[in-house]
Amino acid sequence: MTNTNPSVEIKQLDLSFGKVEVLKNLNLEIARGEFLVLLGSSGCGKSTLLNCIAGLLDVTGGQIFINDKNVTWAEPSDRGIGMVFQSYALYPQMTVEGNMSFGLKNAGMAKDEIKRRVDKAAGILQLEPLLARKPSALSGGQRQRVAIGRALVRDVDVFLFDEPLSNLDAKLRTDLRVEIKRLHQQLQNTMIYVTHDQVEAMTLADRIAIMKDGIIQQLDDPNTIYAKPRNKYVADFIGSPAMNFFKGEIKDGSFSSPEVSMDLKGYETVDGNLPNTNAWLGIRPEHIQSGANTKGCSFVGDATIEIVDPMGSDTLVWASLAGQSIRVRTEGQSSLKVGETLKIGFNADKLSIFDTDTELRV
Amino acid sequence: MSLSDAEQLNEAVKPPSKLFKNLTAKIAAIPMILTALVIFIGCTIWTIYHSFTKSRLLPSPDKWIGLDNYERLWSENRWIVSIENLAIYGICSLILSLVIGFCLAALLDRKIRFENTIRTIILYPFALSFVVTGLVWQWILNPELGLQNVVRNLGFENFTFDPINNADIVIFGILIAGIWQGSGFVMVLLLAGMRGIDEDIWKASRVEGIPTWKTYIFIVIPMMRPVFVTALVIISAGIIKVYDLVVAQTSGGPGIASEVPAKYVIDKMFQSQNLGLGFAASTMMLLSVLVVLIPWAYLEFGGKKNG
Repeated sequence: MTNTNPSVEIKQLDLSFGKVEVLKNLNLEIARGEFLVLLGSSGCGKSTLLNCIAGLLDVTGGQIFINDKNVTWAEPSDRGIGMVFQSYALYPQMTVEGNMSFGLKNAGMAKDEIKRRVDKAAGILQLEPLLARKPSALSGGQRQRVAIGRALVRDVDVFLFDEPLSNLDAKLRTDLRVEIKRLHQQLQNTMIYVTHDQVEAMTLADRIAIMKDGIIQQLDDPNTIYAKPRNKYVADFIGSPAMNFFKGEIKDGSFSSPEVSMDLKGYETVDGNLPNTNAWLGIRPEHIQSGANTKGCSFVGDATIEIVDPMGSDTLVWASLAGQSIRVRTEGQSSLKVGETLKIGFNADKLSIFDTDTELRV
Repeated sequence: MSLSDAEQLNEAVKPPSKLFKNLTAKIAAIPMILTALVIFIGCTIWTIYHSFTKSRLLPSPDKWIGLDNYERLWSENRWIVSIENLAIYGICSLILSLVIGFCLAALLDRKIRFENTIRTIILYPFALSFVVTGLVWQWILNPELGLQNVVRNLGFENFTFDPINNADIVIFGILIAGIWQGSGFVMVLLLAGMRGIDEDIWKASRVEGIPTWKTYIFIVIPMMRPVFVTALVIISAGIIKVYDLVVAQTSGGPGIASEVPAKYVIDKMFQSQNLGLGFAASTMMLLSVLVVLIPWAYLEFGGKKNG
């Protein structure tokens, strides 16, 4: 990581299928040893971008560099990458060992070197007891570990993951997610990881690139993305349940809408001044205080409780504030009841405010 | 509800008789069960029995002559030629139609342009009856009208290609026609199988730098085993019963050079009016099918219980 050259560099990448432009003038630099997550809803171009990096799709324009080598037109196998797929893509008639060694054998590598690498990868991923089994005799999580092992034995600098956990059930997904994170800490390789699951993105990533319509909306570390989304799309996409939005107007440092009127003193703007404009005011459900905690808040109001979702660790309340539905996250063991009035309030420092025309953060 | 109530309830509700479970489905299956029992098994047994009798034009169950029909069958040159022809035709046709069909399917699978058009053209012969195929290839292979004549007219005066008229290679003339008709179907079957293979497998093999042909041989073909078994069964059935193609293309000639067992059976039964001999020949055909089928079925279905 002392090397300042980027591990993967993408310059002005374009990709179109006929008239459909999937990626538009995309630039991306990924540092050595970085864990980058490409996050977006389906059809946003994140898997397409990964396939371009892997060389499985021919780009329409632009260039791709891996380890300072221009690989825009290189074969996937010559790029120094390993890839893991959502459907595992294991060779079903070969054993685990066969799956991991087939590519190396094919490359004409010496037998003892193959064995050394397979044993090492099997050790890292705890696959030793499974080496003689066939994929059909493995569980989903084990299969995906084998697929990771197959990428590992290639001894490459860049790993690409294409939604590797999407086919697993919730419990296994969490287990394997931790394992991938541990793997990254151990190997310190560059990893590019595509997912639509924001929990995976938030927990794994050094930086997240949120994509929409083939354009990177924001590229930042998870905390920044969560706390200071650059535009309304990112704010809406990240966080579950989603951010609450109120449409209103900023005038002389205060916001007013039919539901919320408040002084914006304490809000950190992007460029230091607060314009007078129509704006979206966004507040995350967990930043809304309720009950006695509302004391001293810049905005305090009364909402009617519509639905209560006890989640164990916290409780989600769906309430109506002056006719608009809002989501509030409160403490776990609450005794709130439907129909009651809930006192809510929030401060300006936790807000996200977006211009209604540009949808950019102000 | 008290405990005694529950006991009463248990007594009152008995599981329904297994015989009447899914009654509609059972009734619907009766015609097919009868067909299987009477036509397939019953008629097979009837045929085998009558192959041991001296039946001529009509079945005569009381004239038992033991293995005489079989002795006569195996001493007849025409039957031996038929078996040899079937062996050559069968092995060549099986291998070639699978190889050609697979190669065509693999070519079409490479996301080429006009795939639908090409697929239709290649599959088209399959829509023709064997009689039409036989006639068409009779003309193409006819030395005076067909391919040989065309090439000679181009200037190659000594070019000779007359499988229809040459007793030594006439069976290969039939083979060409058979493959022309059958490989399109094999191609479509295998293409469907290839399309069922996960796109990611191909991506994975590309990332690992495995050449396309190796991916086909070591990864894709083993994955397509069920499709290959289906194709194999369909081709084999077509080979054993090959009859109309021969009748239309060569009528078994020149001489008896392109006779096949199915034609032998029909000729004996309806032209020579020797039912007994015809039955003996068809029993031999059944036997040869079983010799192949039983070990295969044992391997395919018997092995699964253990593994």
